[in-house]
Amino acid sequence: MSILEGQGVTKYFGGLAAVSNVDFHVDQGEIVGLIGPNGAGKTTLFGLISAAVVPNSGTIRFKGENITSLKPHQICKKGLARTFQSVKVFSDMSVLNNVTLGAHFGRLQRVSEARATDEAARLLEFVGLSGRATIPAKDLTLVNQKLLEVARALATKPEVLLLDEIMAGLNSTEITQAMELVSKIRAQGITIFMIEHVMKAIMSVCDRIMVLDHGKKIAEGTPQEVATSKTVVEVYLGE
Amino acid sequence: MLVTILDVGIAGLLMGGLYALIAMGLSLQYGVARVLNIGHGEFIMLGALATWTLHTVYGINPLLSLAVCAPAGFILGYILHRTLYKRLMATSASPGIFEGNSMLASFGLLFIIQNLAYLIWGTRYKAYSYLAVPVNLGGALFPANSLVTLGFALLIGVVFYIFLVRTRIGKAIRAAAQDASTAGLMGVNINRVLALCFGLGVAMAACAGMLISMNYSVFPSMGMEYTVIAIIVVVLGGLGSIPGSFIGGILLGVIGSIVTYFDAGLALVAYYVIFILLLLLKPTGLMGK
Amino acid sequence: MNWRSLALKSFLLPGVVLLIVLIIMAALPSFGSKYSIIFLSTIFMYIVLTTGWVMFSGPTRQISLATAVFFGIGIYVAAILGMHLPLVVMVLVSGLISSVMALMVGGLTLRLKGVYFTIFTFGLLELIKNLINWYEVTFTGTRGRFVVVVNNNTIYLYMLAITGLTLLTAFLIRRSKYGLALQSIGEQEEAAAHIGINVTVMKVSIFAISAFFMWAAGAVMATRWTYIDPFMAFNMNYSFTPVLMAIFGGVGQLGGVVIGAIIFAYLEQILITQYPYYYMLLFGLVMVISMLFLPNGLAGMVQKWRARTVGGGNVHS
Repeated sequence: MSILEGQGVTKYFGGLAAVSNVDFHVDQGEIVGLIGPNGAGKTTLFGLISAAVVPNSGTIRFKGENITSLKPHQICKKGLARTFQSVKVFSDMSVLNNVTLGAHFGRLQRVSEARATDEAARLLEFVGLSGRATIPAKDLTLVNQKLLEVARALATKPEVLLLDEIMAGLNSTEITQAMELVSKIRAQGITIFMIEHVMKAIMSVCDRIMVLDHGKKIAEGTPQEVATSKTVVEVYLGE
Repeated sequence: MLVTILDVGIAGLLMGGLYALIAMGLSLQYGVARVLNIGHGEFIMLGALATWTLHTVYGINPLLSLAVCAPAGFILGYILHRTLYKRLMATSASPGIFEGNSMLASFGLLFIIQNLAYLIWGTRYKAYSYLAVPVNLGGALFPANSLVTLGFALLIGVVFYIFLVRTRIGKAIRAAAQDASTAGLMGVNINRVLALCFGLGVAMAACAGMLISMNYSVFPSMGMEYTVIAIIVVVLGGLGSIPGSFIGGILLGVIGSIVTYFDAGLALVAYYVIFILLLLLKPTGLMGK
Repeated sequence: MNWRSLALKSFLLPGVVLLIVLIIMAALPSFGSKYSIIFLSTIFMYIVLTTGWVMFSGPTRQISLATAVFFGIGIYVAAILGMHLPLVVMVLVSGLISSVMALMVGGLTLRLKGVYFTIFTFGLLELIKNLINWYEVTFTGTRGRFVVVVNNNTIYLYMLAITGLTLLTAFLIRRSKYGLALQSIGEQEEAAAHIGINVTVMKVSIFAISAFFMWAAGAVMATRWTYIDPFMAFNMNYSFTPVLMAIFGGVGQLGGVVIGAIIFAYLEQILITQYPYYYMLLFGLVMVISMLFLPNGLAGMVQKWRARTVGGGNVHS
């Protein structure tokens, strides 16, 4: 049984099918990549999983349980967290408090003030933001805000983490560091499902890759299989 | 039976025409400039009191005083937008925050204008009589000034509609109402269009004020009642849709007339119930996006 | 860094100060003039209304104009029940009723976004006012009702207690994880939901809590007027004024809110009888000026000035 799976997931916006009859699965401990041209429906699929959006049809299961009709906060408490493509940190709050909130309201119950703060400090260390704990989140660079989102999501103690284009806008060095972070997270036992455009990162860090185009899944397999698939290459013409 | 229906129906149309006019002005301000002008009623009041002053002190025909009040209202609104609201746009972090801030600023304006009016005109209700002759329509009697009011409201509504659809500026306004930033990219001078819309909204309020002064007594605190009705009509017709405000105004007027026929005290209650239900069930209103 | 001692310091100091102030104020009736007691009661009322308003609208950034609704219902319940019950019971009962009502209103409307929510709360005020008015005219034949008169000192002490309670609650919530959660809802509601915060429950709860205090204030202050009618009780000024006071004082800091309330309550008291129109004019001017030049109110101004002179201030209140 996969830790996260979906069957026939469909979402229409007006007359347009943003996600059309998609089946997917992510197994425990895997790092699965989700790629596809712009507008393929990748972020929408994440939105459907995290319940930011309600699907028109299809089911999504997490740890065997049907989560299709749950609300986002309930899904978080079950152990699924995500980051956002357009960074949504709590700007006027300190970096530390952004993460502390995650610790308070995530999967752990009745966390004391002290324990939440300690946990937050530990996570800031983990992503490399310790030195910036007290500054307001809006004063961070974009890269660091993305790291903050990751730390905040990790504070909710997820079993599965959805990462939405965390490498967008990063330079080479930063991309390598991000890849290391992703590996470190998996090493903690957390399963990762990540949307990415940066090909070299996806190819090297993922166990399996899923390809979406115009809302439909057009390919799935190991990085090598996907890279050499004619369908995928055609869709990415020029990339 | 028929006479009653005619009576109620025409009374509703008369009320509705006025409501439509008031709402169109507000709809223009909110739909395009995104300013929920809580002080809208105060501009109506200014138009009404100015007309009263011109008529009783200088003996000027109310319909003629429109030639003074409407442009004055337009200029006032234009300047207000270019100074107050434009700055708010610059200092607001997001459109949502701007809507909140501009609404609060409009509150401030409400108090400023209303109390200036108190200081200038005093608290006593004022009225004048003009065209109070009764007119017979199918057996029911209506005062001529009410009919003139309806006529004017319809006229202004139609002229404005043509303006929106046929002229270049009108098209610019409609573009800005749809998507201000894109319109800006397409060469529309967005700041001027927004200020223009706000100014037009105030001008319409001044017209409405003039018409109201012909039919009812006027006093500095009369504005709020109309602001609330304007908001209800704008929501009923659909926030952002000017034709919607027109239809919504007529509709609300007719409903009000029907309710008044059964129990006069319930009219306002009915309006608010409709309002609340709309917000809960269909906030986009009849024709909103 | 020892986060714990820092937290302790920020709790103890304001707490002790508040306690001292409360004790002094409680002793006032024995040596203060009647006028000043009444005056202070009104100031307390505005502090409660303003703090109540900020409790919800501050962090969530949804401007509520329902303050007058809850205040007014408090007044009316006091008028209706006041004949039969002692003050304490009546205050508690009205508070509970208001919270229940706030829960209903909150649950229904908190999915309305931005401006829609604000005009809904405003429409609610008008609806209730006109509904009660119509009811009174149609069924009871009279408009308004008489209220049992209560001793001024009693009113003062009750208001003092309610004010203290309101401030304490606001302070504790702000410093707790719930205050942080509310702030996050206001900043990025979707992200807040995704880290496990039940947004609806939080918003409705804080709305109900704030309504309780507004109601309580209404119930006590009702006894100040000997006669009330719907238009007095549901006066929209009780919705607008707290907003102005809070914005002028600075929504981000509780101290700013209180100072804003005190300043305007004081201005109102000295101007309202002789120069009511000048007072309201000033009100409007301050509102406009605050929106234009003081987005964070007086408190924000003070903070900025302190940050510039001391070099590095606090991140949040």
